[in-house]
Amino acid sequence: MSRFDRRPIRRTRSGSYAVDLGPDERAVLGSLPAQMREALGSRDDPSLRRLFPPAYTSPDDRDKEEEFERLMGDDLLAGHREALGVLESTVSAPELTAEQLDGWLRALNSIRLLLGTRLEVSEDDDTDVSGSPAHALYYFLGYLQECGIEALSGGSGPD
Amino acid sequence: MPTAAPVEVQEPEVSDAVVADRPWKVIVWNDPINLMSYVTFVIQKLFGYSRDKAHRLMMDVHTKGRAVVSSGPREKAELDVFRLHEHGLWATMEHDE
Repeated sequence: MSRFDRRPIRRTRSGSYAVDLGPDERAVLGSLPAQMREALGSRDDPSLRRLFPPAYTSPDDRDKEEEFERLMGDDLLAGHREALGVLESTVSAPELTAEQLDGWLRALNSIRLLLGTRLEVSEDDDTDVSGSPAHALYYFLGYLQECGIEALSGGSGPD
Repeated sequence: MPTAAPVEVQEPEVSDAVVADRPWKVIVWNDPINLMSYVTFVIQKLFGYSRDKAHRLMMDVHTKGRAVVSSGPREKAELDVFRLHEHGLWATMEHDE
């Protein structure tokens, strides 16, 4: 996956967001939501912990945490699924709305949370040192997310 | 926390209500996965802060390990934590001192 000379996500003059990705990259992206949904199906998988963090950490608040998980857990799962659905349904689109791009960012983030947890990435892992496909995917998704944030935040790209 | 009480109503004794009403702080924690730009983006989006303020809070998260991004009654804090979780940020809530 090269082609990083040109920003893959850019704001257009009409206010939409152009996605400049090749068919291989889109195929990879398009395969991820289904894999994520499958992973989300087994909620006791420890690599999902970053997607469902506790709200209360004090032992005094254990009751409140249980209540929070009971009341909000399904909504949180639905939120993660909704973002994955946006990515999946628009993965071939040449342009995205701001709302769709926002969904992409959330979906890319939840995929990176799962992948990064499994890869045990640390604060110092700024570059892909291992060369493994999973690491390459992790950094590709991060790059794409970064470009999407920049485009949505109105930051001017190099072009 | 002062509330408008009707006249001639007895004050409750040691009040659970006072404990319950103590404000909660919503905290975002540093983590090695979320991009710095994404943390700034989410804080700005969810709380309507200026980009400068969101950036400052993100830098606190990054350099000090955590930052208080909002505070308020329990229901509001829970909603803020939930929305941060929806965006994949590592957020918790605790009582103000």
